[in-house]
Amino acid sequence: MRDSEKQPETKNPLESRRNFLRGSAAMATMFVAPGVMLYRTSIAKSDDAGADGSVRWGMLIDTNELTEADVDACVSACQREHGWRDTGHPETDAQWIRKVKLRDRESGHQKFLPMMCQHCENPPCVDVCPTGASFKRADGIVLVNKHTCIGCRYCMMACPYKARSFIHENLHDQLPVAPRGKGTVESCTLCVHRIDRDGISAVPACAEAVNSASRKPILFGDLNNPKSDISKRLAELGGMKLRADLGLNPGIRYQGL
Amino acid sequence: MAFPTRYSKLNVNSPQYWLMLGLLAILIFTGLAASHHMEVEGHHVTGMTNQIVWGLPHVFAIFLIVAASGALNIASISSVFGKSDYKPLARLSAILSIALLIGGLAILLLDLGRPDRLIIAMTTFNFKSIFAWNIILYSGFVLIVAAYLWLMIERRMHAYSRSAGTVALTWRLILTTGTGSIFGFLIARESYDSALLAPMFIVMSFSFGLAVFILILITSFKLDDRVLDDSHLQRLRKLLGIFILSVFYFVVLFHLTRLYGSQYHDIEYFFLVDGGIYTTLFWLVQIGIGTLVPLFLVYHPAFNASRLSLALACCLVIIGAFAQLYVIIIGGQAYPLNIFPGFEASSSFFDGVVGEYSPSIWEIILGLGGFSVSVLITFLAIRVLPIIPEILPAKPDSETES
Repeated sequence: MRDSEKQPETKNPLESRRNFLRGSAAMATMFVAPGVMLYRTSIAKSDDAGADGSVRWGMLIDTNELTEADVDACVSACQREHGWRDTGHPETDAQWIRKVKLRDRESGHQKFLPMMCQHCENPPCVDVCPTGASFKRADGIVLVNKHTCIGCRYCMMACPYKARSFIHENLHDQLPVAPRGKGTVESCTLCVHRIDRDGISAVPACAEAVNSASRKPILFGDLNNPKSDISKRLAELGGMKLRADLGLNPGIRYQGL
Repeated sequence: MAFPTRYSKLNVNSPQYWLMLGLLAILIFTGLAASHHMEVEGHHVTGMTNQIVWGLPHVFAIFLIVAASGALNIASISSVFGKSDYKPLARLSAILSIALLIGGLAILLLDLGRPDRLIIAMTTFNFKSIFAWNIILYSGFVLIVAAYLWLMIERRMHAYSRSAGTVALTWRLILTTGTGSIFGFLIARESYDSALLAPMFIVMSFSFGLAVFILILITSFKLDDRVLDDSHLQRLRKLLGIFILSVFYFVVLFHLTRLYGSQYHDIEYFFLVDGGIYTTLFWLVQIGIGTLVPLFLVYHPAFNASRLSLALACCLVIIGAFAQLYVIIIGGQAYPLNIFPGFEASSSFFDGVVGEYSPSIWEIILGLGGFSVSVLITFLAIRVLPIIPEILPAKPDSETES
């Protein structure tokens, strides 16, 4: 009791100042640190950091491996992933990916392949877009900015692959990963939401639908990285670019054509 | 002895005049309503699809924009090239070109998927896009020609009108090059992809613009019974003949160039032989009704003196112009893209199939609405501004311009 009474009197003034400083520092850390953390997080998740310029995403589609059912599975998977669907108006319905049947004029041989935005290195849709709504990300993915597309459809005129759709009708039940808007143009995004979420391990929905442990008819990966599976297979077996004569260097390549 | 031309506002209050304006206003209103319907319901109510993405509204719009550039010809000939015979008509030429351009732009704007985003189109430019350049070229054209018109009307400013005319001439040649290049720059489509389209559009503008100009000229003089001597129309008749022949020359050259190389044989066969509506429109309407018959009306001595034959020739040139643009714009899209050479392609997205298109009533109404905007602006302008000469008598050969 006596000790406790005496304690305040005997307390070193230097020590109390030290305690005060220590307390202030703890308080400051407590309040500032989360702010710093949030700031760092916000930088990490900013749009600019989303696309890595050292990467070029691409896809290699082996048409010899793909059956008609496989291509149908690709289309269905894309519909489920992005929420577009057949409304019974084929002329005006959006089709981000479609099944193309090819018949050799001489031999009559038939094959099926999935056809979508080819994510060109030099995309004509980006060149012609008056507002810059059509754009190419640093990682090679060609997208439409739904906020600045004015719905002029000039990109659809310019695309050599017929890859884009104009939204002709009111939309219902949109999915959060694929915002869409009547009166604007849209196309395959290469499942950009998966890439931004999963990074190097991402697989687009169409590839996921047909690939398995035993077979991979659709390879997805970084064309810039010579060690990636897609680059290795391209180096070994080659791949064809559709309308290569146009010099657009698409990111989607085909085998077996 | 020379008299300076006196201009005056149209002095007309006849029921016919107001009825005409009323009709035009109704057409404009219904055009706006059609556009509103397309925006609310979506473009599925039109005939346009994911295969034919540009339809009849674009045919109307491009006709008006091309004709706008050509309508300025008369003013250019008088101010820049110093042909004084055309000077009394220069003001009408300028106001008509502004009116036609505004009508065409109104259609283009109202057909957009998101016309409410006009402010984005006007402020966010991708300068690699010829479309973005056209937005600047079209806006600039209206301002430049408006200034040019003012310099011609304001007596103290006459001295500057020649310089303004030169700027306007240069600007509109670039403008029509830009319009032709909307198609000419589309490397992916075999039906376009030709540098020839730009000069062809310029020559088309001369012909289409003059045809509209002559019709408006005859009508506006008739509205309050002004004297318009035949000699002035004779000059325009000869000019129209030359322009029709020039367009014909370019059309022949365009197709001959393609027929020469075998890579274009399929597409030429489509347009010239087996393209259904497009082949019919090409031979019957564009070449027959829109080129050969007007040439006959213009050059045959039996019709030389007839004002009616000239007006008829102008109407036929305009009908032929619509057919030509329909074949270029819609036919060009209908022909399937050749993505897989050597293969027959088919899909649920109409690969390898000729695109089908039939214009909806909404597109027709929108197109007519834009056309009406142009005519209404012209007939209102000549009523409130001194645009039309009070009298255009026959000119003695010896007379010179004051």
